[in-house]
Amino acid sequence: MTEVRAEMVANVWQVVASEGDSVADGDTLVILESMKMEIPVLAEGPGTVTKLAVAEGDVVQEGDLIAVIE
Amino acid sequence: MLESVLVANRGEIARRIIGTLRRMGIRAVAVYSDADSGLPYVREADEAVAIGAPPALSSYLDARAVLAAARQTGAEAVHPGYGFLAEHAEFAVAVVEAGLTWVGPPPAAIAQMGNKINARNLMEQAGVPVAAGTREPVEDVAAAVAEAGRIGYPVMIKAAAGGGGIGMSAAANEAELRAGFATARSRAERFFGNPAILLERCIEQARHVEVQILGLNDGRVLTLGERDCSVQRRHQKVAEETPSPGVTPDLRARMLAAAVRAGEAVGYRGAGTVECLVDVVSQDFVFLEMNARIQVEHPITEMVTGIDLVEQQLLIAGGGDVSFPPPPVRSTGHAVELRIYAEDPVRFLPSPGVITEWAEPSGPGVRVDAGYTAGNEVTPFYDPLLAKLCVHGADRAEALRRARAAVAGFRIGGLKTNLAFHAELLDSDEFASGRYDTSVVARLRS
Repeated sequence: MTEVRAEMVANVWQVVASEGDSVADGDTLVILESMKMEIPVLAEGPGTVTKLAVAEGDVVQEGDLIAVIE
Repeated sequence: MLESVLVANRGEIARRIIGTLRRMGIRAVAVYSDADSGLPYVREADEAVAIGAPPALSSYLDARAVLAAARQTGAEAVHPGYGFLAEHAEFAVAVVEAGLTWVGPPPAAIAQMGNKINARNLMEQAGVPVAAGTREPVEDVAAAVAEAGRIGYPVMIKAAAGGGGIGMSAAANEAELRAGFATARSRAERFFGNPAILLERCIEQARHVEVQILGLNDGRVLTLGERDCSVQRRHQKVAEETPSPGVTPDLRARMLAAAVRAGEAVGYRGAGTVECLVDVVSQDFVFLEMNARIQVEHPITEMVTGIDLVEQQLLIAGGGDVSFPPPPVRSTGHAVELRIYAEDPVRFLPSPGVITEWAEPSGPGVRVDAGYTAGNEVTPFYDPLLAKLCVHGADRAEALRRARAAVAGFRIGGLKTNLAFHAELLDSDEFASGRYDTSVVARLRS
């Protein structure tokens, strides 16, 4: 089980994956935006998205949970 | 002469405008979002009004909130700074219709120059050189491919309503164009509210050189020299200098003359900038876009001319004449600006956070325009600009020597900054030689 967490304070711009999706290594889960820069958050291995912890418009702090992949 | 001005902006530019307002004895009104209440510009204004939640759409881009703040404080004019509402023609119209003075060019000029396709076409008619490119918005990928076939690869894919280098990408061939087109359209919609795309022929080796213009009330358009803005990452400027080390006197004369024609073609008033690309190989130049507002990098022009550009904006907006002797404008020495961003110095990724230490450099020729100080929080809602470190010298070598010392003497703690990158830039052979182009940062990072 992998917990995908935010690496910096940012806004959640787009939620790309959904709970239940199968993802491959490198698939985009969400796209964050910070200081006018888009930062894709990617799956780091294959699995299923068992939890999506953010919604579009949320502000995440460094370390906040974004998704769980199993 | 204006008696009170509301500054519809934040951070370093709000502070810088407020500084000139106070020096001129004009009442300065600031607006701030909930994220910015602790920033220096808020307490340096004569009066400050809270206008909303941190997201720009809820505050600095909320025209109604800004106009309500002007009504509430009795401000008689609005200075939009750069970014945010500065190039929203509808906002300029709303300011004027509210009976207030707009510190900027006529709304029609903003509208004409705000659409890059329109601006290119107008410039071409005025005899200003433009790169091969689209004359009408590109609606779909098939049209894009056809256009690129006519223009010739490589092409730059740009948002027609865009600016600030955002949402641009290059395509070296049809496959890259097809891959990049959809992204470009959605970015254009997302950042500028308009999906229209234009394609332009890329210049392989280019310098980004822009001309500062001032449109006077008697209809004359003056030029105040050029700035070289080729040091860029993600198509956004990181460092600028004047004069440009890559421009010969002949090329300079041609560019300044074209900038005057550009300003006259739109009946320009106030401060504006004509941005161009210089083809390093052919020493030709083409018009890119006109920015109908003050630029981030305006301080270097101020340092070599001794002219306060914000003051000139206010004088012109008040119906008067500029404060300096008739042209030609004399320029002395060399000036460099280094944009200090809240980002890591290696990959340039954003680094929001709380500033725990802030110590600015000082010394002869050093000017710091800072938006923040110790204790402030740098949030993800706005661009990453922390401060502009500007340095003047009698010549380029002295300016760069002073700049190296100033970078070494600037301490910002609590978040990552690109100060280490600027140290690296100033030490690089390429930048020190003056013979660099818009790929210089990519080469430093390769």
